Amino acid sequence: MLNNDIIKQKLIEKFSDQLTDWDEPYDMLTFTVPASLNLKLLQFLYDDTELNFQFLTDLQAVHYPDKKGAELAVVYHLHNLVDNLRIRFKVFVDIENPNVFSATALYRSANHMERETYDFYGVNFIGHPNLIRILNVEEMDYFPMRKEFPLEDQSRIDKDDEMFGR
Amino acid sequence: MSNRPVQFNNHIKFEGIPEGYMGEGFMATNLEKVVSLARKNSIWPLPYATSCCGIEFMATAASHYDLARFGAERMSFSPRQCDLIMVMGTIAKKMGPILRQVYLQMAEPRWVMAVGACASSGGIFDTYSVLQGIDQVIPVDVYVPGCPPRPEAILDGFMKIQDLVNAEGLRRRHSDQYKELLSGYGIQ
Repeated sequence: MLNNDIIKQKLIEKFSDQLTDWDEPYDMLTFTVPASLNLKLLQFLYDDTELNFQFLTDLQAVHYPDKKGAELAVVYHLHNLVDNLRIRFKVFVDIENPNVFSATALYRSANHMERETYDFYGVNFIGHPNLIRILNVEEMDYFPMRKEFPLEDQSRIDKDDEMFGR
Repeated sequence: MSNRPVQFNNHIKFEGIPEGYMGEGFMATNLEKVVSLARKNSIWPLPYATSCCGIEFMATAASHYDLARFGAERMSFSPRQCDLIMVMGTIAKKMGPILRQVYLQMAEPRWVMAVGACASSGGIFDTYSVLQGIDQVIPVDVYVPGCPPRPEAILDGFMKIQDLVNAEGLRRRHSDQYKELLSGYGIQ
């Protein structure tokens, strides 16, 4: 029966010490991958007859403004539907140069999720067939979920008194 | 044998006859008054409901509060035949152009009612994705406050619209002032 230890062992066998930050919060195997390896890892997890991670549950980003040089984390959630096991891994990239290889060739479902991640965090998915905004208005010229942008709409002028803290 | 008395409504309210000169078999009055009288008692609303205020509107239109009493029996879901667009709920920035297009498809004279805090000002959704009041894209005649407003408030707003319709001059929509208002929104 497949379990976290076997998965970890197989991944270390294949990728040796390139995978780091191993953790198991709430029994879910979590680790970090260098940005250059994300597709190789996805392909290995997909193709390996024992691992069978053939379902991409979720893909999104997190902004850590204090991690200089690795501000943006792209997080992948995978599901093995046969053994009902889930894993998660993160890819950290520099916010100045947020290039990550697109997983659309392997998972069709990555298409919209990568567009959404681009829309809100500005992650540039290399190889994505149509990397344009999906939820926000097309005219928007910034990535609203990055921490330097306040939640409130900055374009309005009628809420600038002390009641609204502007 | 039932001895329950038969009851029927004998408190029917009539609109007053407009001022004018009357004689046997004829009446002369102001055309504007007659048109206003007809218009204000047969407003066809277009419910543009996007969230919880829309639920309050459903109560307003149903039998208990009965918007039909005001001559607004006929909800229209085509903007072309509507007199009043009732915008009820949060309007996201992405929906702004759609709301504007619906407004443009309505024939003059047309009125706009912003129901609830979100349609009036963005409400609690002071955020990058929400339009901060529909008056950023179309001119609004009546604002109904509340989050959401009670049906009585929506009815009160509707009666304010009726007052506006009643006071509407026949030539107002041709005036330079009105054209200036519309061009302020980039219309025409």
